[in-house]
Amino acid sequence: MTSRVIFPHKVLPYLLLVPQIAITLVFFYWPASQALRQSTLREDPFGLVTTFVGLGNFRQVLSDPDYIGSVQTTIIFSAATALIPMAIALVLAVMADKVIKGRGFYRTLMIWPYAVAPAIAGMLWLFLFNPTIGTFAYMLRRAGYDWDPLLNGNQAMLMIIMAAAWKQISYNFLFFVAGLQAIPKSLLEAAAVDGAREVKRFWTIVFPLLAPTSFFLLVVNTVYAFFDTFGIIHAVTSGGPGKATETLVYKVYNDGFVNLMLGSSAAQSVILMGIVIALTAIQFRYVERKVHYA
Amino acid sequence: MATVALKTVRKVYAGGMEAVKGIDLTVPDGALCVLVGPSGCGKSTLLRMIAGLEEISSGTIEIDGRVVNALEPAERDIAMVFQNYALYPHMSVYDNMAYGLRNRGTPKPEIERKVREAARMLELGSLLDRRPRQLSGGQRQRVAMGRAIVRDPKVFLFDEPLSNLDAKLRGQMRVEIRKLQRDLGVTSIYVTHDQLEAMTLADVLVVMNSGRIEQVGAPLDVYEEPATTFVASFIGAPPMNLLTPDHLSAVGAVLEGLLPADAVTVGIRPEDLGTVEAKSAEAGSAGLITFDVTIDVLEPVGAESYLYARVQDASVVVRLPGRAAVPETGKLKVAAPVDKLHFFDTHGKRVDPVPVAARRLG
Ligand SMILES: Nc1ncnc2c1ncn2[C@@H]1O[C@H](COP(=O)(O)OP(=O)(O)OP(=O)(O)O)[C@@H](O)[C@H]1O
Ligand SMILES: [Mg+2]
Repeated sequence: MTSRVIFPHKVLPYLLLVPQIAITLVFFYWPASQALRQSTLREDPFGLVTTFVGLGNFRQVLSDPDYIGSVQTTIIFSAATALIPMAIALVLAVMADKVIKGRGFYRTLMIWPYAVAPAIAGMLWLFLFNPTIGTFAYMLRRAGYDWDPLLNGNQAMLMIIMAAAWKQISYNFLFFVAGLQAIPKSLLEAAAVDGAREVKRFWTIVFPLLAPTSFFLLVVNTVYAFFDTFGIIHAVTSGGPGKATETLVYKVYNDGFVNLMLGSSAAQSVILMGIVIALTAIQFRYVERKVHYA
Repeated sequence: MATVALKTVRKVYAGGMEAVKGIDLTVPDGALCVLVGPSGCGKSTLLRMIAGLEEISSGTIEIDGRVVNALEPAERDIAMVFQNYALYPHMSVYDNMAYGLRNRGTPKPEIERKVREAARMLELGSLLDRRPRQLSGGQRQRVAMGRAIVRDPKVFLFDEPLSNLDAKLRGQMRVEIRKLQRDLGVTSIYVTHDQLEAMTLADVLVVMNSGRIEQVGAPLDVYEEPATTFVASFIGAPPMNLLTPDHLSAVGAVLEGLLPADAVTVGIRPEDLGTVEAKSAEAGSAGLITFDVTIDVLEPVGAESYLYARVQDASVVVRLPGRAAVPETGKLKVAAPVDKLHFFDTHGKRVDPVPVAARRLG
């Protein structure tokens, strides 16, 4: 039994909760409700007349080819940003599991990128691949490859995916290392005696047993790719060239704060809110009830 | 089926820990060999070297006449039952048993036949679709056995397979393992630290102590003629009483003419001690030694009673049949037949008793 602190006071607990509630109200519920309200309004270019249009903004957004393009961009970007770090982190974790000497040192190094802020990570990659001054860009051009992410949309996409994925590898790595350690060694020994070589052991024993970890990371990475990569995109491509790297989140910002189409932007953010809620629900449903074996 | 031969096998772990210190052992074809010894004596290490899960530092291991030192576990044609069963948690019971066969490319109908056959033998038929976590400890143990059986290997290896079961189930499974091993006739090596399990299962009993073999032999031979004081005190429960001749003389035992020249320790099994009346009938012409013990506690356990007592500063256990009619405190005169005494020298090695003809002559 855990002993609990009992407050004799009736009001004190509520008083203690007030700051948290106030912050949530001011910085979350109020803007959220504003966005909801805003999404049903349309403003004239001078901000003088505001008319109620119901679901008009939503209709407009969803029929906008640019928006559909942005959905596609987001899917490509998110899928790559979610899956690439998982694959790389898994390979690294499996290798780290075999390292005996300097294990702690190796692991510590692997975790460092996670401490780098997204915008900084973006800047690092931008410098490395900047067509005029970037080291890697120079090497690529020397190798005869026509590298110019400022003009080529696919290359720009590749760059932000690399920057976003690179940062997420550390986090994925940590979870895979923990996941690997949780697999009893005797299982692998039993499989070895049962005639499975190393590769076979990995695919038939290790990989299935890592499934809960992988699923958890997939959800976390997807949320990250959606909502935590704004800084990278903003620093590296600003959504360009053209609209090649304009994800949904970036489009909300661009339409609202740059193009000042408040109604449309608000409608987009409401759609995003729906996506967040769905993702969070999935996350809670599966992450809370982690699969336990044996 | 195969013989297993170990030749001066050593294991030095990284860090310099010498867990196995040169072991020579041959397990005959079809025999069940039990390695027994206290915790940390190197039993598991030795077994894992045979399985190929641990590198062999020096010496050779042969299975069926073939040196397997450099072979992967998969190539040694062995099956192993682990202490924690090591069942694959994400596979059904059926898949757990089929896994090894699939890895060897056995055709599907044959896998099906073998798994069903093993499931029938182990009464697992109705559990084939379950996951390991949906099984009781005893059932998991059976699945682990089944996984070993279906493979039809040259050698079975068991590492304390029953230690996670309760006492009753352990007894049941012990009998079952014995029966299965006899029926299948597969050479087996079985590790345990439970001397009762060791005694009842073994064809060949190997007593180990700190990385070395203390004694190899048939269980009853080892029991009746322990080669060292270590074996004497490890095999048998309660263990053999080990006393010095001085202790015995001080409480009235007459050892003249009985004590071999090098003997510094006298061993007496608890059941060879008893009241003078009981033992004089048993001893016949061999004669008795008698001495006084100071009673500490009497423990009746049903069919027999254990009398815990002291001889000066040494403790002594006496095993008395049924309800023992002895006082709860004070002194008791006990006796042991002369031909049931064991003698050990300063190194703890067994010394032959003085031949009957030479006794009492000085
Ligand atoms: N991987 C390892 N590295 C270093 N030393 C080890 C390693 N594994 C075992 N040892 C040591 O080797 C000795 C023998 O260990 P082993 O596991 O063979 O004992 P055991 O006889 O099986 O004991 P138990 O009955 O407790 O299972 C022990 O002293 C142990 O500390
Ligand atoms: Mg062990």
